[in-house]
Amino acid sequence: MSSKSLVLFSLVLLAVFIAGCSRGKTSITLAGSTAFQPFAEKLADQYMKSHPEVSITVQGGGSAVGVQSAISGAAQIGMADLVQLPEEAKSLTAVVVARDGIAIVLNPANQISNLSTDQVKDIFNGKATNWSQLGGATAPVTVVSREAGSGTRSSFEQILGGITLTKDALIQDSNGTIRETVANDPNAVGYLSHGLLNAKIKAIKIDQVECTTETVIGGSYKLVRPIYLLVKGTPTGEVKNFIDYILTDEGQQTIRGSGLISVK
Amino acid sequence: MKLIGEAGVRRILLGTAFSAISALLLIALFILNEGVPFIFSYGINEFLLSSDWDPQANRFGIYPMIVASLWVTLGAMIVGAPLGVAGAVFLSEFVPRSVMRVVKPTIELLAAIPSVVYGFIGVMVLAPLIRTYLGGPGLSLLAACIILGIMILPTVISISIDSIQAVPQSYREGSLALGATVWQTIHMVTIRAAKSGIIASIILGMGRAIGETMAVIMVAGNAAKIPHSTLDSVRSLTANIALEMSYATGLHRQALFATGVILFVVIMILNSFAIMAIRKRVAKK
Repeated sequence: MSSKSLVLFSLVLLAVFIAGCSRGKTSITLAGSTAFQPFAEKLADQYMKSHPEVSITVQGGGSAVGVQSAISGAAQIGMADLVQLPEEAKSLTAVVVARDGIAIVLNPANQISNLSTDQVKDIFNGKATNWSQLGGATAPVTVVSREAGSGTRSSFEQILGGITLTKDALIQDSNGTIRETVANDPNAVGYLSHGLLNAKIKAIKIDQVECTTETVIGGSYKLVRPIYLLVKGTPTGEVKNFIDYILTDEGQQTIRGSGLISVK
Repeated sequence: MKLIGEAGVRRILLGTAFSAISALLLIALFILNEGVPFIFSYGINEFLLSSDWDPQANRFGIYPMIVASLWVTLGAMIVGAPLGVAGAVFLSEFVPRSVMRVVKPTIELLAAIPSVVYGFIGVMVLAPLIRTYLGGPGLSLLAACIILGIMILPTVISISIDSIQAVPQSYREGSLALGATVWQTIHMVTIRAAKSGIIASIILGMGRAIGETMAVIMVAGNAAKIPHSTLDSVRSLTANIALEMSYATGLHRQALFATGVILFVVIMILNSFAIMAIRKRVAKK
């Protein structure tokens, strides 16, 4: 009896304590793009360290969710990594906080190191089905793509233009599984965010341009998408302060340090 | 206890019994409400029989996914059912009870392994093997069938064992006394007598195979097209929903709910078959 009530009492005390602590804090919610989510979390942590009066929550959900929740007000800041913002996002204030290159990746066993834009289109349209057609070994091409609705996929298709994805394409539902599939299959070709490249896969040159931070900033690498933060109306107060912080040298340094490409 | 009383307890238990049913009803209502309007506005024939799935262009044909789900399930049956039934026969007829008391729970433990682990093994071990020795992308219908075949084993084996053990010993003794060999007794008497239970176990396994999502997404490759061989990549109904739900809005989202309606109908039909088979067994006794 007494031990139970003691536990209950301390729980209530804890709840009151926590509630008391968070009182007076401004809370900001970010939701959307899974590509930018880890970076947003890192930035939020840093910001909260220097601004203890603000509490920032970062949620995923995808670019579509980012746009929707910014419109509906479910999140103060929506995150979207789209080349073209949808029609309904026109009412939102969009701030570009980073850029992300989309790298075309092959298995390291593949000899090909460069493809032209047209060759990439042929691969994803299903016209080129054997690596020998593209100057490689005689082996079938395994196309790996993202699911319909993915921000990375729509950016990829919009930038290249004229792509109707081949029905033979394997579909994976995240950048990570694309990487694993390509790393495991010597005949596979896929695309993923530049920030997620590693040694298990090989990013190739597009029209002789390598996918690096320099080429993306310089504008010579074509497959680049902006990452937007979306705010309903004009950003004010802590929301504005946080976005401004992301655009400071310190914030941009974090973005660069974690593999994305800064806007400046 | 006296505080609540007999009638009170009765009412509480009644409430808990109906909570499961009301949850089922709510889920069914929700899915139907979200999905059925879409099926009719889009056209039921177009939705079920078109093989063009392109949500960006507002084309929603789930025929390839229906075909894939059926193939995957059938394939899992072909892999899992003979293995499971044969295993059950061996365990219940040839192995001493003491051994079975160890082996059966171990097999049932297979069911406790999360599907993502099966999927992971499929991706890391099975898919590369298929790609190397049989060709194709590796992530394929065949891989899905094998993984699901293994996943349904515990269901098939444990229910089959129960129904084989429920066959009265006198049947076996009678058969042996008539001069039948052990094998003749097993396949002409024991299995016949346990038939409805064995069929029920296979149908329940089937229900698990058709509803499995995570493992299928990981090993089947998810290409939305009708497979031409077992080495082709396929996308099941469940995978279609799970893959695209996170990004879907508007019509696309409704189409995914409608996919759920079709899946729901298919599973309901399968489960009714299973219940019928089990009832038959009970009626026989």
